[in-house]
Amino acid sequence: MSYFSDIYRGIKTLLTGMSVTGKYFVTSRKGAITQQYPDNRETLKMFDRFRGEVIMPHNENNEHRCTGCQKCEIACPNGTIEIIWDRGIDENTGKKKKKIDQFVYHLSMCTMCGLCIDVCPTDAIKWGQNFENSVYDRTALTRVLNEPGSTLEAGVED
Amino acid sequence: MNSALSITKNIHDWLFSIMPETAANIAEMVLIALVYLGIFAIAGLFLVLLERRVAAWFQLRIGPNRVGFQGLLQTMADAIKLLSKELTGTTKADKFLYNLAPYFVIISSLMALSVFPFTKEFQAFDINIGIFFLIAVSSIGVIGILLGGWSSNNKFAMIGAMRSGVQTISYELSIGLSLLTMVLITGSLQLSEIVEVQKSGWLIVQGHIPAIIAFMIYMIAGTAETNRAPFDMVEAESELGAGFHTEYSGMKFAYFFLAEFINMFIIAAIATTIFFGAWLSPFGITESIPLLGVFWFLLKALILVFLMMWFRWTFPRLRIDQLLTLEWKYLLPLNLANIMLMALLVWLNLTISF
Amino acid sequence: METVTLNSNFKSEEYFINMGPQHPATHGVLRLLLTIDGEIIKKVEPDLGYIHRSIEKMCERDSYQQIVHLTDRMDYLSANINNEAVCLTIENALQLEIPERVKVIRTIIGELTRISSHCLWWGVMGMDVGALTTYFYGFRDRELLNDIFEETCGARLTMNYNVPGGLMFDIHPNFVKRVKDFIAHFKTKLPEYDRLLTDNIIFQKRAMGVGILSKEDAISYGASGPVGRASGYSCDVRKHHPYSALDKVTFNEALRTEGDTYARYLVRIQEMWESMSIVEQLIDNIPEGEHRVATNAVIKLPKGEYYQKVETARGELGVYIISTGLKSPYRLKFRSPGFSNLSLLNHIAVGGKIGDLVATMATLDLVIPDIDR
Repeated sequence: MSYFSDIYRGIKTLLTGMSVTGKYFVTSRKGAITQQYPDNRETLKMFDRFRGEVIMPHNENNEHRCTGCQKCEIACPNGTIEIIWDRGIDENTGKKKKKIDQFVYHLSMCTMCGLCIDVCPTDAIKWGQNFENSVYDRTALTRVLNEPGSTLEAGVED
Repeated sequence: MNSALSITKNIHDWLFSIMPETAANIAEMVLIALVYLGIFAIAGLFLVLLERRVAAWFQLRIGPNRVGFQGLLQTMADAIKLLSKELTGTTKADKFLYNLAPYFVIISSLMALSVFPFTKEFQAFDINIGIFFLIAVSSIGVIGILLGGWSSNNKFAMIGAMRSGVQTISYELSIGLSLLTMVLITGSLQLSEIVEVQKSGWLIVQGHIPAIIAFMIYMIAGTAETNRAPFDMVEAESELGAGFHTEYSGMKFAYFFLAEFINMFIIAAIATTIFFGAWLSPFGITESIPLLGVFWFLLKALILVFLMMWFRWTFPRLRIDQLLTLEWKYLLPLNLANIMLMALLVWLNLTISF
Repeated sequence: METVTLNSNFKSEEYFINMGPQHPATHGVLRLLLTIDGEIIKKVEPDLGYIHRSIEKMCERDSYQQIVHLTDRMDYLSANINNEAVCLTIENALQLEIPERVKVIRTIIGELTRISSHCLWWGVMGMDVGALTTYFYGFRDRELLNDIFEETCGARLTMNYNVPGGLMFDIHPNFVKRVKDFIAHFKTKLPEYDRLLTDNIIFQKRAMGVGILSKEDAISYGASGPVGRASGYSCDVRKHHPYSALDKVTFNEALRTEGDTYARYLVRIQEMWESMSIVEQLIDNIPEGEHRVATNAVIKLPKGEYYQKVETARGELGVYIISTGLKSPYRLKFRSPGFSNLSLLNHIAVGGKIGDLVATMATLDLVIPDIDR
């Protein structure tokens, strides 16, 4: 008798399965989970904590907050960050002070672990939202984060 | 060659008026062959697109919608891409058989396509052993798969081909027997006569219970015959990579691919012809316009095709021994009992006809 | 190093087939050397090392904060639990007092990671036995979890949310609401999984009685996680050695005795229910407090050996650190669950068909980077 009950159970479970997919087929119009990605660039907003790439914000006077303490360079596990620094004379105190020449960021080596941003004492670097990083030449992935001619924002000490 | 809608009639007369009889006959055959080739290609591409859209809707996706209006030209673009691709092959392949295999597959499905009554008298080849011809011809396709798998000199392809052989030979039986069940009612193998019989009710209504059982068995066996999931042992991408066509690329691969979809259409078309009255409209509502028969035929066939797609995108795959168990322990005994039942029904005149 | 000896012991009907390293069923770059007689598997030899990145050696170079982010790349499907394992080891060694809030959040995210991993496994399991649609349904639900992770940690897969001493930043204000929404959503979807695949007769025939592993073998091969529990080996680290906030919650250890592919499947389905109940118990009362305890910028563990094990989605992950008091460990060893579970494969797959091997491998739930490290 198990022969026929097998057939019955088989047909029943198969129909149950088909009802699940069939339900989605009927409601597929509103149920689609696909994002039409390049078309929705305008409306696509990443979460505010999204780790896209490391950026260094500058204010309107072309000033950044990086003192060149190199803590991020030490914290980075992959050697992604290279800080080329110099010593300049501080105008207020007249002492020699470390300042950055170039903040080099190798995006191609970055694993987005976030340790550099975690250790930064002056919040000079933070996460950018850009994730479209494909380029034809990998040298384009090596970036200098501080803009040319930028200076340290006044009052930022590490 | 009785393709004689009024247009075809005119072409026929015109051809015979401008050239001698033999040449006209040959020209007509070539024309018809070209028409069927066109149907083949267009239907194949359209079915691939349909499959992709249907699959997408089952899977909460959108599916191809970029090329052309709503992605209608997507498969056309794919075909052009495949045409332009390099035909690679293994160095130790049996070159002759390797190149021959796709044609076996494609020719068998093309031949099967020729006997369907798309509408009244729109049929290339109304042979008097129609169903027998269909079964015979559609099983040639498996030779192509076997050859392709064998000659590729690839173990995965070989396993796929052997599975295909086992599977097709087994399920041929069920297809044949379930169609035979219906032939008991019609008393004829000729497709046009089978349609004629159905004017007093589709066979699935005429034969009621055994006909429904036969239809279910036919759909299961038909899905297996076309090597589609849940019976896609031949390809079984999680087991064999790509199965028998692992080593094929470009257009040769596309032949296999197109043939698979055409075969699916053929299985659905056979079911339409035998069980659902071919081009006959439901309750004879459009009987006065024979051209609408094409619409009804395609509608019925596409509904069955959709059913097969529904199977594919819902069920897991069977294992090879379970596949054979299903055939030899379940479908075949049920089928034989079903034939007895149908014979009894016909003998006692219990069929329903209007 | 010789890994394979071929052609020596073949019987006449047997032949050799190379499954992988590029094969859809191996979920990555695992190579299986199969000896087959027709369709029947005679011998399975896994060949590893195609994605070996010397993570353990890299750990000997890195500081303790940096080690954490490497563990994301081992078993990437339970990245957060891996992070937690390393952090717990370091914190135990330093004898840091971790705030309750951190413990609770770690547990919640850990359990969500488990659900997410099992969602993916369920989809792939269906795909391996041929039901392609399950993949998308599994991913649909996993996507919601990924959104939660992304909003909180900033990354979807390699989260690196834990640091020695707590969490990198506090949870996002939307976190609680989103998690509750997910639980409500997933409670309606999980029965659907059952209707689509669990109850399906084809799937049951494919899975029942296939790849049977006895309890004794499970213990002697070192199986852990759902693989061990499906054979009746009670090995849930969360139950026997609770860590973080797991001692405050009540849950049942998913245990079955059949030991076949279907039992492993059911154990994972049940684990999703249990994980949901754990999250539900904790989500409403996340205690207030700090999300992080300050540590030295350069962490130096006291000289000695430290071991901590946690339950990842795949089984027992052990972290063993030998410290000589420097800023990097002298030796760090991961006891990864996938490696031991893979060693079972030859034992349970021999005698089955190729299809059985694929189904069995799917329920071992292998993540190859976890095996190779």
